[in-house]
Amino acid sequence: MATVFPEWQGQPLEEILYRCRALVEDADFPTVQRWREAGGKVVGHFQVYFPEEIAEAGGLLSFKVRGAPVETVHADSHFGSYLCSIIKTSLELALSGRVGLDLFVTHPICDAARNLAGVWGRNVPYPCRILYLPQNPNSAAAARYLRDEYNRLRGVLEEIAGRPITDADLRRAIGVFNENRALLRRLYALKRERPWLIPADEAYVLLAVGGLVPRTEHNALLRAVLPLLETRSTPKQDKIRVILEGGFCEQPPLDLISAIARSCYVVDDDLLIGLRWLVADVPQEGDPLGNLATAYLEHSAHSPVQHDLRKPKERMLLERLDQAGAQAAILMSAKMCEPGLEELVVHTRALDQRGVRYFVSEFEENMTSFDQLEIQLETFVENLLFD
Amino acid sequence: MTDTAQVAGIVGRGNEAGARLFREWFQQLSAAAEEGRGAAYVFVMGSLAELLRVFDFPIVFPEINSLQAAVRRVAHEYLNEAENYGYSPDICGYVKADVAVQLRGGTHPMGKIPKPALAVATNACNTYIKWGEIWERMYGIPLFTLDVPGSRGAGLASPPGSADFEQDRRYVEAQLRELITLCERVSGRPFDIDRLREHMGHANTLSAGWRRVLELNRSRPAVFNALSDGTIYLGVANGFRGAPEGAAFFRDLVEEMTYKAEHGIGTAIAEQWRLLFVGVPCYPIFRRFSELFTDWGGVFVHSTYLWFASGGANLGFTYDLTRPLESLAEGVLLGVRDAMDSMFFQTPALAEMIDTHRADGVVYHPIKSCRTVSTGLADTRRALMALRDVPSLFVESDMMDRRVVSEAQMKNRIDAFFEGLATRRHQGAAAAL
Repeated sequence: MATVFPEWQGQPLEEILYRCRALVEDADFPTVQRWREAGGKVVGHFQVYFPEEIAEAGGLLSFKVRGAPVETVHADSHFGSYLCSIIKTSLELALSGRVGLDLFVTHPICDAARNLAGVWGRNVPYPCRILYLPQNPNSAAAARYLRDEYNRLRGVLEEIAGRPITDADLRRAIGVFNENRALLRRLYALKRERPWLIPADEAYVLLAVGGLVPRTEHNALLRAVLPLLETRSTPKQDKIRVILEGGFCEQPPLDLISAIARSCYVVDDDLLIGLRWLVADVPQEGDPLGNLATAYLEHSAHSPVQHDLRKPKERMLLERLDQAGAQAAILMSAKMCEPGLEELVVHTRALDQRGVRYFVSEFEENMTSFDQLEIQLETFVENLLFD
Repeated sequence: MTDTAQVAGIVGRGNEAGARLFREWFQQLSAAAEEGRGAAYVFVMGSLAELLRVFDFPIVFPEINSLQAAVRRVAHEYLNEAENYGYSPDICGYVKADVAVQLRGGTHPMGKIPKPALAVATNACNTYIKWGEIWERMYGIPLFTLDVPGSRGAGLASPPGSADFEQDRRYVEAQLRELITLCERVSGRPFDIDRLREHMGHANTLSAGWRRVLELNRSRPAVFNALSDGTIYLGVANGFRGAPEGAAFFRDLVEEMTYKAEHGIGTAIAEQWRLLFVGVPCYPIFRRFSELFTDWGGVFVHSTYLWFASGGANLGFTYDLTRPLESLAEGVLLGVRDAMDSMFFQTPALAEMIDTHRADGVVYHPIKSCRTVSTGLADTRRALMALRDVPSLFVESDMMDRRVVSEAQMKNRIDAFFEGLATRRHQGAAAAL
């Protein structure tokens, strides 16, 4: 299959970052169009996590459906009033024809998103499915259940791909994604250890490209960019180190992330956490679907939409803070995002108990004005710097 | 017995008995709270009450507590308290009312709510799980998430006996066995499979009765109003699932509704319009909300609420008591899955309901508080209107928060809806001449 994002190749670092930013901000999703024009099939999967390895094994492009800053001209009449933006804009992408898919898969991450398969299925000609990832990951039966569920998904994807997806295909795909996970860990290590070399918005676009292109292309991009970033000559500044929470589903506008980056070093975050959900390499030997299932349950990140007795939300937040060596936290929630808003109560209390300073705000992907928020953030930062 | 005597003895007893059972239930909960007994906190979609009763847990349904606060017109006090604690105005009002109940040490308009000893939440609603996390923190109690896989797409519910169904059933059964171990640990009581059979038997009677009662409302005139009377019956179906009182109530209710159907006895009003209700009632003005329709002679003959909020008991599934755990897993899977389907993939069932119940109109009432129920309603309305030539009304408010309930605006919309129904009927009659 032809390369869908060749624009960065052979370019200097700043130009590469500019091209990545342009791609991430392009609400027409040109990489999806190019893939389809070349005869490829596309699987759209809604936030947060999707086992993309299975789609990759079938030669399918997995496209992370995460809304877009677009007007909901077509989608508005399909929903009621009290809803987060990402639900509406994601459907808008489908109804407006901006994004053509061959399959849409959603996981019931929240009360709104669990309606998506039904709504999409009534309005698009391609199949729409729900992937029931285990919501009782503490059950001894969860691994077998998930392995079987992945096998069911394999069958669905085989129909789209028009060919069998073999264990050998899966092992190759796991290898591709293992490399991707390693490269993303390296990117986040750089954010953590030398954040002046990689501002939050630049790290974000490098990550987000992964949801738009085949992971082999993403790997090539990261392999080229990381050495350039690591040898960059950006001077260290007197900025506070913060973690950013609240980007597990709907994404803050890129300009908002840039505004935060002007004031702070974001040393860790949960932006597009599904792209980094598996935190360790997945074994390639043995049963590949079983290995993916085990990795989901045993070697994974955390988010407000997964309940796992081993991952209490307060502890996970404080661990992220400590491991990143952060001085403060920026806690955000998308407007009308029920899990995000509920998590704010938990997080603020945990930080209060620890005596960690934090900044709280709501956002919407369609926001265009950040002046007020930036002033508030600068005030917060100044208070910390001169405390 | 004369007809008059039968009417006096039968008609209306379901509503009276339902109210009495609720009062008694909350008295028992108050007594449990005073004795310091830890309760099982559960939810209406997959309560597992028939299993939890084996361990003698007082059963608390926080959803029901919250709606009772709204019906008693004090929900705003509770919502304000939870919002002052830090919860957003934009999250589920049921959750916030419960948070305030807990912050008040269990004080509730109907009595005192005992503290939880454990909580059981299915994944039928994601907020159930987030809600349970609050109790985990407040009380350090175990939250057991019973994961019940739903249909993987429209019309894709795997049939019992198929390999896909068995995969899901096996997963649910394994979790039920883990839940039993947890209940033994928390209650200090050993599991007794014969007591489980007993409670499952009561649940069988209740479910069969619930299904029959819903079927009987095909009668013309309807034998009960699915919005007002139906909510009382639904409360009993949930609160007394697996209990002998619940089984007895539904045996009597079937008798009452059968009698009414056979004698052409309808609800308290002269039925002019047969309506379907989709969504959750407006509890902050519950009586008035109902009157906005009954004043026009509108009777709700069915409601998706009576499906999903009964956890799928409407299916009338009968547990096989010779293999209780396997059958419990099958029943829970079918029931909870059906509850989810009746929210996310409801269109075909609604179209059928229009036919079987001879409905004149459909009222959609999405609410701010519940995105599980409300997110897809505008779209299912479009889909249903494409299938059936039946007028519909789409009116938004809330089940808890009176700040988003505009009675005057609602009345205008409802009045216009009925005027449209009347015009349509007149035009139809004129065309038939």
